[in-house]
Amino acid sequence: MTIQVTINGEARTLDASPDMPLLWALRDELKMTGTKFGCGVGLCGACTVHLNGSAVRSCQTYVGDVEGAEITTIEAVDTREAVALRTAWAELDVPQCGYCQSGQIMQAADLLKATPKPTDADIDAAMDGNVCRCATYHRIRAGIHRAAEILEA
Amino acid sequence: MKFLKNMMQTELAPHDPGMSRRSFLKVTGGATAGLVVGFTLPVSGANAAQGDGTFNPFVRIAPDGTVTVLNKHLDMGQGNMTGLLSLVAEELDADWGQMKGEFAPSDPKKYANLSWGVQGTGGSSAIPNSFIQYREAGAAAKAMLIAAAAQSWKVKASEITVENGVIAHPSGKKAGFGDFAALASAETPPEKPQLKSPDQFNFIGKTGYGRVDTTSKSVGGTIYTQDIDRPGMLIAVVARPPKFGATVKSVDDKAAREMKGVKDVVRIPQGVAVLADNTWNAMQARSALEITWDETNAETRSTKDIAAHYRELSEKPGTVAVEGETDKAFEKAKTVVEATYEFPYLAHAPMEPMNAVAELKPGQSLEIWTGSQLQTLDHNIASKIAELPMEKVKIHTLYAGGSFGRRANPTSDFINEAVHIAKAIGGRQPVKLVWSREDDIKGGYYRPLYVHKVRAGLNDAGEIVAWHHRIVGQSIVKGTPFEGGLVKNGIDHTSVEGASHLPYDVGAHQLELHTTDVGVPVLWWRSVGSTHTAYAVETMMDRLAKSSGQDPVEFRLKHMTSSPREMGVLKLAAEKAGWGAKKLPDGVHRGVAVHKSFGTYVAQIADVHVRDDGTVKVERVTCAVDLGVAVNPDQIAAQMEGGIGYGLGAILRNRIDIENGEVQQSQFYDYEPLRMSDMPFVETHIVPSTEAPTGAGEPGTPPIGPAVANAILWGTGKTIDALPFSRHGLT
Ligand code: FES
Ligand code: FES
Repeated sequence: MTIQVTINGEARTLDASPDMPLLWALRDELKMTGTKFGCGVGLCGACTVHLNGSAVRSCQTYVGDVEGAEITTIEAVDTREAVALRTAWAELDVPQCGYCQSGQIMQAADLLKATPKPTDADIDAAMDGNVCRCATYHRIRAGIHRAAEILEA
Repeated sequence: MKFLKNMMQTELAPHDPGMSRRSFLKVTGGATAGLVVGFTLPVSGANAAQGDGTFNPFVRIAPDGTVTVLNKHLDMGQGNMTGLLSLVAEELDADWGQMKGEFAPSDPKKYANLSWGVQGTGGSSAIPNSFIQYREAGAAAKAMLIAAAAQSWKVKASEITVENGVIAHPSGKKAGFGDFAALASAETPPEKPQLKSPDQFNFIGKTGYGRVDTTSKSVGGTIYTQDIDRPGMLIAVVARPPKFGATVKSVDDKAAREMKGVKDVVRIPQGVAVLADNTWNAMQARSALEITWDETNAETRSTKDIAAHYRELSEKPGTVAVEGETDKAFEKAKTVVEATYEFPYLAHAPMEPMNAVAELKPGQSLEIWTGSQLQTLDHNIASKIAELPMEKVKIHTLYAGGSFGRRANPTSDFINEAVHIAKAIGGRQPVKLVWSREDDIKGGYYRPLYVHKVRAGLNDAGEIVAWHHRIVGQSIVKGTPFEGGLVKNGIDHTSVEGASHLPYDVGAHQLELHTTDVGVPVLWWRSVGSTHTAYAVETMMDRLAKSSGQDPVEFRLKHMTSSPREMGVLKLAAEKAGWGAKKLPDGVHRGVAVHKSFGTYVAQIADVHVRDDGTVKVERVTCAVDLGVAVNPDQIAAQMEGGIGYGLGAILRNRIDIENGEVQQSQFYDYEPLRMSDMPFVETHIVPSTEAPTGAGEPGTPPIGPAVANAILWGTGKTIDALPFSRHGLT
């Protein structure tokens, strides 16, 4: 089955079964490996992408459901929020192994878009689905606050 | 940690016809003997500079000035790529922007971990064993650059200065490293490169230059094993037995073979592998396999029976690891406190599940791409399976998405499987072996289940006079290539470390060990023995303090007369946290713990909120660390934060339970990791020191559990003997 989608601003054709998670279509078919596999069941957030502008778990989004959609991945996300987050990430050296960080940034960008000045409770609520086994949470939190500051300036 | 010194004496006899076991021993033995000091590089030997920008096995400089550092270690998040680059940049007086890192090939002659003699990463040793070596590599390159500049400028070498990547002479001449790289790399390296004194440091002990991998890790650009793609590559997943030790009796793969994208189904020693054109298809087809398992040799016990058996053993004398006249001493004790602790099996659950890519040309060559943590062992095992001499096997080490010890194991399981699969299909196509999260949680190599029984006695003055400690559990090295180096007189050092040398004056001290035989594969897990010994020792300290009405910090200090560095971190943490002085909000309680692991001293004070419903949230941790010279203070803090989070998640709610041989947990819903809302605010303070540096990757983990348990003890009177806390309704 072929599906037409826009990925990172480019029209792409996905030739994959409709029940294949978008995660594997991105990684194995399109060879876009910035989006990560961590659990495959929606429990870790490593696979987070933006679907029509909102964060979704690509392991729980199926090829058959994305016809005509606009998908943005970590490789190309360049919203104000993502840019501010990357600046903050560099200032604070947030990543350790880095494997979860694509998902963290995609999720945090979504949070900042909806809530430009998040409280700690907002961060807990928005980010609890994104696991970091290196436990960089402390710096992710600081990074989100810092990005909010950058956005305000 | 002596760890792997003896690895080569057993399984590690190299599968290499061109290199006798004897010469292998000589080579690795030589490296071991060279140990932490000295420029033990073959710089002027076979690898002498060729004028191609290669200065030594660790430093290469390109004509554009890029300095490439070859990292002999695996960076699995702990940041050693940045650390080793900074050591070279320091002595080279390079600009941080021109530094680049690359993982070194597998070659113990050049790239051995100097504390082991073989190539590998662990025991928080990357920075300590490389500290002098990588600085000397940088210093040697700098001396060669200066010599080359002096020759071509026809000036005295002593008049040349190097700063921020610029070579300069008072006459006004200036050049970059690239301008002289070719010339300089043909120079003879200095015999004893001159190292800077600490007052000249620009990188060591400084902040303000970032991790070398932050940017690429923030754009999804870092390539992990999972991201490797080779022409024609197939994806393999393996159906493994539901019980450890079972084997395949028969398999019906008809349905699986007919599924979309499936290219082959093969049997390997570990189970049945499905090969498909993509990961999804491979995973789908695996669930269509019908396998009958032969459980003749399988472990079929349950963890609750194993624990009950361990509890019985904990009442009986074991092999003596530390001997003391405790019986007599207890007679003099006024108060005796006793506890039996139980620690569960734990999975490492790194964010990137196990994986490896193998490209085999039978009889000719094998290439492997993976996060290799023990290159020498991985290399040997791969060579043996592929039936190729070691020089025909190449390992490309990649950044790993975590490990926490999992990627360093005695069978190199993930590489082992990948090579077996490649072999089973005759090397027809490259293979990427992928483990799912379920495979990871169920797949073994756990931190062992342990039971500890601790009895300690206080005299009238509230001083400890007797300490009797018995540990029951599996050895993580028994029957592995690591056994020779780590088991002495029947005592596996890794089972008792953290309990055998107490920082406290405890009067008579006896420690005994029962090493059990259980067919569950076990392994080191971030901070190894200290994952359980620190909890037992440090919670017992607070029980003793509480039973005699003494302040836990004071109580520790008074028993620490011969442990100045433990005392130092404890005092620093107490001072920074405002111990005893600060008023805590209602419901918030404080606990303290101090522990040394891998030569690094850490004290932590946890502020724990016990909510009205009895659940807990660790709000804040004040951490003090003494690891000698602090090479990168910011990354040391990062490792303390991460170590605390990693330990806390496990203590709060992680356990692997086995029922009739089958692991019960399988995913992040029943092996629930620490999440954002669980993470405390962490503040790290480093004790200034001029001692040789020790590591940061593991020592942050041990104290957090007991610090939190102690807070709960003082706040609620509750003792937590069996982990995790979720067993007691605390999370
Ligand atoms: S891989 Fe999608 S949530 Fe974990
Ligand atoms: S940085 Fe390693 S899992 Fe988040």
